[in-house]
Amino acid sequence: MKKDAAQQPKLDLSPPHQEGKRSGSVYGATFILMMGVWVLLSGKFDPFHLALGVLSSALVSYFSADLLFSEPLTGKTIRTAFGFLRYLPWLLYQILLSALHVLYLSFHPRMMELIDPQVLRFRSRLKSDLAQVTFANSITLTPGTITIYVNFHRDFSVHAIDRFSGEDLPGEMERRIARAFGEE
Amino acid sequence: MDDFFLGCSLFLGGLIMLSLYRGIFGPTVLDRMIGVNAIGTKTTVLLIFIGLLYHRLDMFVDIALAYALLNFIAVLAAARYFQKRKGLYERLY
Amino acid sequence: MVIDLIVAFCLVVGLIFFAGGTLGLLRFPDFYSRLHPAGKLDTMGSFLVLLGLAIHQLFPLTLGTVLTGLKLMLIVVFVFLASPTATHAIVDAGFRAGLEPWRKGDPRR
Repeated sequence: MKKDAAQQPKLDLSPPHQEGKRSGSVYGATFILMMGVWVLLSGKFDPFHLALGVLSSALVSYFSADLLFSEPLTGKTIRTAFGFLRYLPWLLYQILLSALHVLYLSFHPRMMELIDPQVLRFRSRLKSDLAQVTFANSITLTPGTITIYVNFHRDFSVHAIDRFSGEDLPGEMERRIARAFGEE
Repeated sequence: MDDFFLGCSLFLGGLIMLSLYRGIFGPTVLDRMIGVNAIGTKTTVLLIFIGLLYHRLDMFVDIALAYALLNFIAVLAAARYFQKRKGLYERLY
Repeated sequence: MVIDLIVAFCLVVGLIFFAGGTLGLLRFPDFYSRLHPAGKLDTMGSFLVLLGLAIHQLFPLTLGTVLTGLKLMLIVVFVFLASPTATHAIVDAGFRAGLEPWRKGDPRR
């Protein structure tokens, strides 16, 4: 118990960003994203509608750029984005596999004997907030397991529908996320 | 192909009726919330089917997108409404 | 013709996922276990159905149909982002309300 207390991270009360420190790359990335969504949703390419889009995207990225990216974009951000893209196909495959398992459970005539709900607890070794959020959302997105709670000491509580769904947590999913976010 | 889509949308309508059972008779309020959320997800897909049957898909896609957003916000707001106490967390942590 | 077969396959598998989600919603014993089929199988089902419909409406290939297909995929991305968040919000509400998870041997609720 005492060893655990020594491992716990120090409380950091400083805000994630300071006013006036936002860099141009954050504005640029937000603007490009907003403009892409505008073009996709409007579907019109005449100068009038495009000008309206540029105006509103610029306003939105000026007022709320720090909501989307809380720190300046560097090479690490781009590497993380590519690592995340490489992680996605594996996640989709896992979702398909466990969706088939839950489908089998829900069509099974003697379902009540097969399921065995339980609350699992484990401590994750992922450090950054974004990696923990990705991990928790991946667990919830995989059928059969739902993240109930993650506390400050990175203790995860997971509700699993039966023994099979929860047996390989954290395991491979955590390893792959750690690789995608460069925390090996 | 249109007949096939009509059959699919009727099947989805039947599933919505079944989910409504959980929405009405669910033993707790949260069961009702799950039922309503499931109905909302199915309705988003049903709207796309309706757009295909009326040959106005470009319009119904926007409606479906807005419906998905509203469904998400409604569930979040309703769930936040019940978060007043510590509940089981007191025993866990 | 091949396209029609792919579309029909996507739709039928997606509707099976929807049916499984609804059956699980009705049959599972308590609120926490009902979330598993209701939240996730519906996500998978809407992914497959919307993918099938996006492929179907892509022909004839024009700018309008490509944009509509992209919008359909935007709905899928949104559902994949929103569904775990909504599920987590409901679980958190249940946990705070003090509902005990069902264990093997308890009566159905």
